[in-house]
Amino acid sequence: MIRVGTGLKRQQVSASLSLSEVAFRLMALALVDAVAIWLVIRMVTDGVWLLVTLVTIITVGLNVVFLREEFYPLRWMSPGLALMILMVVYPLVFTVYTAFTNYSDGHLLTKQQTIKRITTGLQNMYVPEGGTAYRWVAFEAEDGTLALWLTDAEGNHYFARPGEPLRPARAGEGIFGPPDEQGVPTAIEGYTRLNRIQAAANRELPSIQFGLPPNAVQVRTPSEAAVLRPRFVYDPQQDAIVDQKEGKIYVADDANGFFVSADGETLTPGYIVTVGWRNFSRLFNSPAIRGPVIRVFIWTVVFAAASVVTTFALGLFIALLYNDPAVRGRKLIRSLLIVPYAIPAFISILVWRGMMNPQFGVLNRALDTWLNISPPWFSDPMWARLGVILVNLWLGFPYMMLVCSGALQAIPDDIYEAAEIDGAGAWKKFRLITLPLLLVSVGPLLISSFAFNFNNFNVIYLFNQGNPPMRGTLTPVGHTDILVTYVYRLAFASGGGKDYGYAAAITIIIFLIVATITLFNFRYTRMWEEVSEHV
Amino acid sequence: MFEHLNGTLSRTQRRRLLDLTRWTITVLLVVYALFPAAWVFSASLDPRNSLAQQSLIPPNASLENYRQLVANPVQPFGRWMLNSIKISVITSVLAVLISALAAYAFSRFRFAGRRSLLLTILLIQVFPNFLAIVAIFLLLQQVGMYIPSLGLGTHGGLILAYLGGALGINTWLMKGFFDAVPRDLDESARIDGANDRQIFVHIIFPLVRPILAVVGILTFIGTYSDYVLASIIIKDRDAMTLAVGLYQLISGQFTQKWGVFAAGATIGAIPIVLVYLVLQDYIIGGLTRGAIKG
Repeated sequence: MIRVGTGLKRQQVSASLSLSEVAFRLMALALVDAVAIWLVIRMVTDGVWLLVTLVTIITVGLNVVFLREEFYPLRWMSPGLALMILMVVYPLVFTVYTAFTNYSDGHLLTKQQTIKRITTGLQNMYVPEGGTAYRWVAFEAEDGTLALWLTDAEGNHYFARPGEPLRPARAGEGIFGPPDEQGVPTAIEGYTRLNRIQAAANRELPSIQFGLPPNAVQVRTPSEAAVLRPRFVYDPQQDAIVDQKEGKIYVADDANGFFVSADGETLTPGYIVTVGWRNFSRLFNSPAIRGPVIRVFIWTVVFAAASVVTTFALGLFIALLYNDPAVRGRKLIRSLLIVPYAIPAFISILVWRGMMNPQFGVLNRALDTWLNISPPWFSDPMWARLGVILVNLWLGFPYMMLVCSGALQAIPDDIYEAAEIDGAGAWKKFRLITLPLLLVSVGPLLISSFAFNFNNFNVIYLFNQGNPPMRGTLTPVGHTDILVTYVYRLAFASGGGKDYGYAAAITIIIFLIVATITLFNFRYTRMWEEVSEHV
Repeated sequence: MFEHLNGTLSRTQRRRLLDLTRWTITVLLVVYALFPAAWVFSASLDPRNSLAQQSLIPPNASLENYRQLVANPVQPFGRWMLNSIKISVITSVLAVLISALAAYAFSRFRFAGRRSLLLTILLIQVFPNFLAIVAIFLLLQQVGMYIPSLGLGTHGGLILAYLGGALGINTWLMKGFFDAVPRDLDESARIDGANDRQIFVHIIFPLVRPILAVVGILTFIGTYSDYVLASIIIKDRDAMTLAVGLYQLISGQFTQKWGVFAAGATIGAIPIVLVYLVLQDYIIGGLTRGAIKG
């Protein structure tokens, strides 16, 4: 009923829209389209298909929304939706795709790019059997072009310039100046002789071909230049890369993303291929991976749950303590107690890290003096876990305090009065009235707090980066790593071993868990009914 | 809690004991809550700059650490602070605008798929996009080829990444608030010939300023505190945000740079703490509706 009513009203209004408003809208849209088309043309020329797709989707979407009257409400959301598509939806889709590939160190490029990488470039060149090697000296012309003076094993000299055949030459004749003891001219007319250091500093030199292909000479080492041939050549017929030097054939293995020879040798790098559910099945089937992941998962749940329980307990305790309006200075106390929450978390975490330094930190010095213990917060697994929970307690209790004191005030007094008449004591009132009623109203916030801590990257990473490390794992894992920091390690671990495909698989699992918690929370809070009923 | 005392103490005695206990606990709690702040502030004034020697009341207190903090070009602290403030202000203003527009549509229009769209947005935003950092990295790299100011390593690119999450819980919070503005106001304005845009700008917007402030402040603080995205997108030292810069400052040589770090931490925390304390009533209202500080 409501739907029809308001819909009609709105259409009447838009019908009476002034001409100038419509003109303005169309002009703005035309401008957006013009910019988008200009961008897309440039992107197509560069072959940046990913961006082409995203820009096209967003632009077409904007046009549909702003031209078709039935999508009117979406116009209001279009900036937010466009940004969300670009920065959240696309990364999410990309992650889902990555989870089904072998994208990792050693498999960073597509097959085409990998073939190009292997078959081109200087490192791919070799001196064929019977090929000639020369000693060389470089000369530089005034306009910066380079030339080589070559000497072969028999002592014959050649002068070589790019794009023209090698010319037999002798020092002291024509443009060539008198020879040094090697027989190399000390000067050439129009050229400056480069010494070894100058030649080595010239970055272009190794990539220049002197002479005419296929007999062009290239500089290979500081002392040697030679006629070079590409060693690896791609043969599309066999879908294989052939090693011209050894005669080996490396056939493309599209299941694993490698070029493999008959005796099992692979060429590096490999390429990206889709691998189906392999990343997920590794999680469940490979003992070397399953072990650490299960421990990380359990700790993630324990950490999130412990954070919620401890902050809630302390927060509730404080809220109860000052719930009595007769307490003087409540407002001031509240202001003082929310300070931990007001300080940006990254700062507090680093401060705690300093205060809990085992040798010098004030906390450890105090504990050492009073209790004669100095907890190794950063090196012992159990102490490290306790440490992050304690830090997180300090960070999070004010939130729970605020939430609980709000909820406490909403509990009607007459319930307590009734309980008192029935002779209930303080503890009984708390257990049978306060706690259950509080949990009903605060429950959803506890659940979102759980979801938040499930992904609480900052507290783990800034406190001790998930350390101390577990021993004997395939990839680095720490005892306080939660799933998100573990993924971060997998994708960004310094020095090799980055496995994006596997990291993406875990990311999807995290997303599913948190999304389920959130959905459950909607149900629980009846937020959903509210959306539909509330006008 | 104190029933066992029932028999032995009179009512006033019991009351007094309760008060005493309450105040003792209060003192302990306040010490617990404030000690780290006091400790780091004291460290910032201790010219010895060392974690090991620090005491709560520093002898020879001076501003030496602050001087070192600003003077040393290896740690352009002023730049970091300005970068952080600039990025957070722009992000929060834009985020408020973007989500207010969306919340208005969710609150005032009835259209097919309204519920599922809102649910979808809320669920998608649960995805922590820093986990898809490889995708964001590649994307910003390519965007930078065409629009250099939004590329990798730029503040524009970082803001873009933050704004991807502008919808979501913000929209939800705002929608609730917008719903509370009586629709009669819209209707009467409409009869007077106002269109949706005018209603939004002149009627709704002024009435919902408190929630806009809450969302703005929370976004500001969340952005200011972000470490992950900023650390991956920004690599250049002069372009770093405070969170990344401070972390770099102490990593490796915590014990020797403690005082300088403390000075940076103090300056970095003060603006946020002040905003919090001054606007606590607003913020608390937003928090208890389900917003979470970053």
